[in-house]
Amino acid sequence: MSSEQKPFVTDDSQVLTETRDARMAGADDRFNSKLREAFGSSPFILTKFDKFMNWVRGSSMFMLQFGIACCSIEMMHTYAIKHDLDRFAAGVPRASPRQADVIIVPGTIVSKFAPRMKRVYDQMPEPKFVVGMGSCTISGGPFQEGYNVIKGAEEVIPVDIHIPGCPPRPEALIYGIAKLQERIANGESSPVTVKPYELEQFGDLPRDEIVDKLAEQIDEDDLVMRYNWADSP
Amino acid sequence: MSLEEQQPEAEIEAGKTRGDELAELLGDLVIGREEHLNAPGLVIRPDQVQDALFKLRDEAGFDHLSCVTAEEYEDRYESIYHLTKYDDRTDEVSVVVPTSKDDPVSQSAEPVFRTADWHEREAYDLVGIKYEGHPDLRRILLPETWQGHPLGLDYDQDRPQIATLREHANPLEQDHTGEQGNTMYINIGPHHPATHGVLHVETVVDGEQVVDLEPDIGYLHRCEEQMCQQGTYRHQIMPYPDRWDYISAGLLNEWAYARTAEDLADIEVPEYAQIIRTMSAELCRIASHMIALGTFALDVYGDFTAIFMYAMRDREIVQNILEDLTGQRMMFNYFRLGGVVWDLPEPREEFFEKIRDFLDDLPEALEEYHDMITSNEILQARTVGTGVLPPEVAKSYGATGPVARGSGIDYDLRRDDSYGYYDELDWDVVVEDGCDNFSRLLVRMREVEESAKIIQQCVDLLEDWPEDERNIQANVPRTLKPEEDTEIYRAVEGAKGELGIYIRADGTDKPGRFKIRSPCFSNLQTLPEMSEGEYIPDMIASLGSLDIVLGEVDR
Repeated sequence: MSSEQKPFVTDDSQVLTETRDARMAGADDRFNSKLREAFGSSPFILTKFDKFMNWVRGSSMFMLQFGIACCSIEMMHTYAIKHDLDRFAAGVPRASPRQADVIIVPGTIVSKFAPRMKRVYDQMPEPKFVVGMGSCTISGGPFQEGYNVIKGAEEVIPVDIHIPGCPPRPEALIYGIAKLQERIANGESSPVTVKPYELEQFGDLPRDEIVDKLAEQIDEDDLVMRYNWADSP
Repeated sequence: MSLEEQQPEAEIEAGKTRGDELAELLGDLVIGREEHLNAPGLVIRPDQVQDALFKLRDEAGFDHLSCVTAEEYEDRYESIYHLTKYDDRTDEVSVVVPTSKDDPVSQSAEPVFRTADWHEREAYDLVGIKYEGHPDLRRILLPETWQGHPLGLDYDQDRPQIATLREHANPLEQDHTGEQGNTMYINIGPHHPATHGVLHVETVVDGEQVVDLEPDIGYLHRCEEQMCQQGTYRHQIMPYPDRWDYISAGLLNEWAYARTAEDLADIEVPEYAQIIRTMSAELCRIASHMIALGTFALDVYGDFTAIFMYAMRDREIVQNILEDLTGQRMMFNYFRLGGVVWDLPEPREEFFEKIRDFLDDLPEALEEYHDMITSNEILQARTVGTGVLPPEVAKSYGATGPVARGSGIDYDLRRDDSYGYYDELDWDVVVEDGCDNFSRLLVRMREVEESAKIIQQCVDLLEDWPEDERNIQANVPRTLKPEEDTEIYRAVEGAKGELGIYIRADGTDKPGRFKIRSPCFSNLQTLPEMSEGEYIPDMIASLGSLDIVLGEVDR
């Protein structure tokens, strides 16, 4: 609350610039295929092949069966009859992250769960995409002021599409996924690194009580993670 | 509901209250008296908690430790044990245990009521009271590395919580074989399709059998109590209950808050609003049980195509009805203190028609479920006789709702501590004595029928209600400021069991302490009891039959 605690704010201007540059530059290296690497960049046929691959990717998405909170109920409804996400070639929930292309983050992320979710995300094969479902994945939503709540999924993993709502209706989720498919098919995507994953150099922190307490266990150049971001952007 | 109605008739003697009787029973153990709105409060020394609780349990019959509330005052810490009886819910007593500010140590109640295990861990985690003699006092909701106790008075929320990333590289203990090499440790969850959300079960298995099992919760601890303590009574708290038990049981949860706050501020709800409440809450119960049914079938035989979809189909209909009524599919925010926010949607005939259609189709749908689920040999082989929870064990863990009723405990707050319009209607409490996974499933399925009966009667009543008497809200002051130090603990029958709320007013328009007693929190504690020695798939079935929702377990 007091201004003494301001030093914890990270200077993220550089990150933001890079984010914007990457967005404007179009496709990122998530779309690089082995074939393309082998052939180099010029041949005409590979451009067409890339386009074909992107269309395929967008038209056959395997979702991760990943339930966190309230939104996962609406997500189940989206998969189930009536809304039936399968009509849009995105309706096969996979239980293992190693088989999934898309992770829908349906709910509030709290301090204890954030590292676990990061781990699940890391286990997914490239290219992978993230749909943030609901207000909690945007900013913490109704729980933003909670001591234990991470203020948005982007603090932990990069998010391609945000779907606002508390919870969003199934129609909204379908719209968001259709938008994502459109972007994938066009070879557009937000960059992989949107924000460094709750990291910063330990040396930048002022030596307050907690830091002193933990300092003995941590190397000078070790990284730290913060659970709550009081000054989170 | 006035306090006089709460007192069982036999016990009211001339000038002698229930509190006096109990104080007499405990004799010297009582060092002071308090009066809570729902029950007499007996103040006990922190080193005599077990003596007092043993006496109350064995001699006065208080066999249900409903909730443990911990809070910090300017000059002391306080743990409150809310005791009641399975046979007589309206007979309540609060055991208040103050401890000093500089050394908050209190005797653990775990030897008396096993449910106190988790409740006291939570009290330690969030408020910071230490319990002497507790078998395993460590954090339960927050990470081990957390600094401070967030619901304490001196907690500074803006102070960053820091942990090394290395500690988080792999936050869970690795799967590994036991020392002699014949057991194996496995993590089930926190991301696992069968854990119904973000539950982490630390399991030690010997071959296919579960040797040791411990649920690890807190992956969805969204600070609900803090949120409610920051909101004003009148409007700001009501949206949050929807998100505790988010499986469409929103209105049941809202009722818990509405009932508590209305009793606290002495608000009378018009009869017409009570009927609307009763009807919509029962619709929510059906929706909630449908999910329980669908996911249970999913857990037991991985059936994503038939029963799950059937259950979702019926849920969609309920959600449509509720959307017509409230304007939202899941987070209704429909109740207000003193009534509901608006009347039934126009044209009313169409709305009633819609509900009637649903109710007419329901028997056929249920028949279908019985065909496919309960009379299915595979499911019977998997569920009959597995996950056995004897009634005494269920009671000592404070199990309520379908879990208790599946163990033959005849306990339902809608009847035993009646609220709303339930006591005017004709319906039955469903009890099965199988004590196994199958009974719990049956209880839910039969409860759907009972709920349908209630809705039917409510619709009939609403249809004939005179047009000029449709009073949907009582007169409630714009700002509610209940008197300082009024304390109340009230519960309703949620979809999963007894959903209680404790509020202490501090004279402002926001609660001084807001504590949620979640039924799933207590029900989940029975999981080790049901699964140790059983096969892993039976453990998954037991977990499914408990029908937990992590938003309510962790709050």
